[in-house]
Amino acid sequence: MPIRKVMKANEAAAWAAKLAKPKVVAAFPITPSTLVPEKISEFVANGEMDAEFIKVESEHSAISACVGASAAGVRVFTATASQGLALMHEILFIAAGMRLPIVVAIGNRSLSAPINIWNDWQDSISERDTGWLQFYAENNQEALDLILAAFKVAEDERVLLPAMVGFDAFILTHTVEPVEIPDQEVVDSFLGEYVPKHAYLDPARPITQGALGFPAHYMEARYTVWEANEAAKKVIDEVFEEFEKTFGRRYHKIEEYKTDDADIVLVTMGSLAGTVKEFVDKKREEGVKIGAAKITVYRPFPVEEIRALAKKTKVLAILEKDISFSIGGAVFADTSRALINEKEKPVVLDFILGLGGRDVTFENLEEIVSIAKKAIDGGVEEEVYWIGLRKEIL
Amino acid sequence: MVSLEEVREMEIPENVKKRLSLPFEENFYAGHTACQGCGAALGLRYVLKAYGRKAIFTIPACCSTIIAGPWPYSAFNAPLFHTAFETTGAVIGGIEAALKAKGYKVKGEDGIMVVGWAGDGGTADIGLQALSGFLERGHDGLYIMYDNEAYMNTGIQRSSSTPYGAWTTNTPGGKKHFLERRHKKKVIDIVIAHKIPYAATASVAFPEDFMRKLKKAQKIPGPSFIQLFAPCPTGWRSPTDKSIELARLAVQTAYFPLFEYENGKYKINMPSTKKEPKPIEDFLKLQGRFKYMTKEDIQVLQQWVLREWEELKKKAEVFG
Repeated sequence: MPIRKVMKANEAAAWAAKLAKPKVVAAFPITPSTLVPEKISEFVANGEMDAEFIKVESEHSAISACVGASAAGVRVFTATASQGLALMHEILFIAAGMRLPIVVAIGNRSLSAPINIWNDWQDSISERDTGWLQFYAENNQEALDLILAAFKVAEDERVLLPAMVGFDAFILTHTVEPVEIPDQEVVDSFLGEYVPKHAYLDPARPITQGALGFPAHYMEARYTVWEANEAAKKVIDEVFEEFEKTFGRRYHKIEEYKTDDADIVLVTMGSLAGTVKEFVDKKREEGVKIGAAKITVYRPFPVEEIRALAKKTKVLAILEKDISFSIGGAVFADTSRALINEKEKPVVLDFILGLGGRDVTFENLEEIVSIAKKAIDGGVEEEVYWIGLRKEIL
Repeated sequence: MVSLEEVREMEIPENVKKRLSLPFEENFYAGHTACQGCGAALGLRYVLKAYGRKAIFTIPACCSTIIAGPWPYSAFNAPLFHTAFETTGAVIGGIEAALKAKGYKVKGEDGIMVVGWAGDGGTADIGLQALSGFLERGHDGLYIMYDNEAYMNTGIQRSSSTPYGAWTTNTPGGKKHFLERRHKKKVIDIVIAHKIPYAATASVAFPEDFMRKLKKAQKIPGPSFIQLFAPCPTGWRSPTDKSIELARLAVQTAYFPLFEYENGKYKINMPSTKKEPKPIEDFLKLQGRFKYMTKEDIQVLQQWVLREWEELKKKAEVFG
């Protein structure tokens, strides 16, 4: 029987790793993710987890060791955040290009400067072009579940891409919630063992991995990463279905909430989705036709699901904790791209908020709704709205 | 013509075998893309001979990336993993951990060798941190630094392993600035500071010595490190048929002495102990990269070489 324990998202991620039975974990401490490898070290030290734990000297070496281990054909896991993920950047492309299904837990945190350890999504959002799959958890249960799902998607022969699972710094990483820990046997049968067919380092079968690709071949190699991302869309649906059958919890690439008759849909990711759904309930009681949508899978970007959502509403308000300078939010840019050639489309508004751990309050959401209401009648005053900005200290 | 596969299948008469000082087996194939006279290519050939089919290699971005061959070709008859410039030490650790998790024996007489093969830039400069991590954590692996004393793959830029007085494309020498003004970084000393079980220098001019060290590195558990002196005619502006001679002169002048550090003990190897060091000029004069040095410059380098040599001899004396 599954057991319920009260734990932080960091612990939930460590439990997910324990259940997934990676053979190698290579990790380096960083706030707010440190507890993940710490907990894994405990599991390994107590013999509850049979993994080689490499205590590397940097995140760059963490992901490099993961790449080496994964190329040698075993399941691999690590965790990081912020500057740590940024330091891994170079190697993330290599992991995707070599089609190594590594899973990394990310405690989503801002990037310096100024130095700040609190939540936003700039770290993983900035890695959106590396070829990695990206999942975002709303709560601690999702952190555990999505890591298990990520392994299954990543290792699928049709995909073979690395994946990162993000959960908000402190809001989730350090906050306790009840989490259901599934039975080991059930996870075993869900995930199975990772047996690579495509590439592994074995002296009995000498192969070269990652050789120089001339202009005559490089582009095709990149295209296969594109294809794998496309293929992942279907595989993710299948895995989420199987996940529901196995564990009883249902996930969608985009989870809609009270959207059917909504004039305004607030689109967001991560733990902010919880706040937004509560706000939607409040506004519904006031008679405002408003809904919410949570992007659980950001890469591959759920283009079809965004289009379907767009058909239902007059305004898509994108609420995001990241910024691509001079453009706006990355999720906004991606959503706009999904809709660009649609004949009929809603107004899409871009709201940047909650950067570096700034609280997102109901007052902020009220402001967003009033801006969205005006936009229905054609009143879009700003291309990018910075919400909760303290103009008085600028 | 006899194909390589046919050569591999050939029965070697026992009396011939007895006379060979190196394994007959070739696992580094013809058709690789090294420059003529490349010391690194020679080194690779010896390493692949030493370990046969019982090794996994990782190579960072360097000359050897090119030498190994572009996709879909490979000169390696061994598993080879190409990695990023500064990651060699970390990747050795990752591969070793995975092999152990899969139940393979790593290192030891019949164990699999995990070999990192990186240049001096990838080791002494950008890869130094990952190297230190590899050594400090005690991974069962071998790190070989093939030392051609500059970033040759990018077009001859100085590394911290470039010697005093050398011309490179970013130490060109001019009216205001001299050539390379710093002495060669003693990477092997940094390695030894980690107190690993086995570290050694080797030279492509002395393949039997190198082979012996490779075999020793296999037997001794824990991290091993070999700094292999590998001439680069392209970057050194030296004749392509002088690579072996240059590698030999580097040893004979005590510019690059051959020695081993094994479980805390230093041992200077035979080719370095034969005679008193030859003058450094013998080594310099065959190379275009040193042609701008004045007599005084040469004297500065000569003094450095002899001082370092004395230091090594002292170490061997005290910790022999």
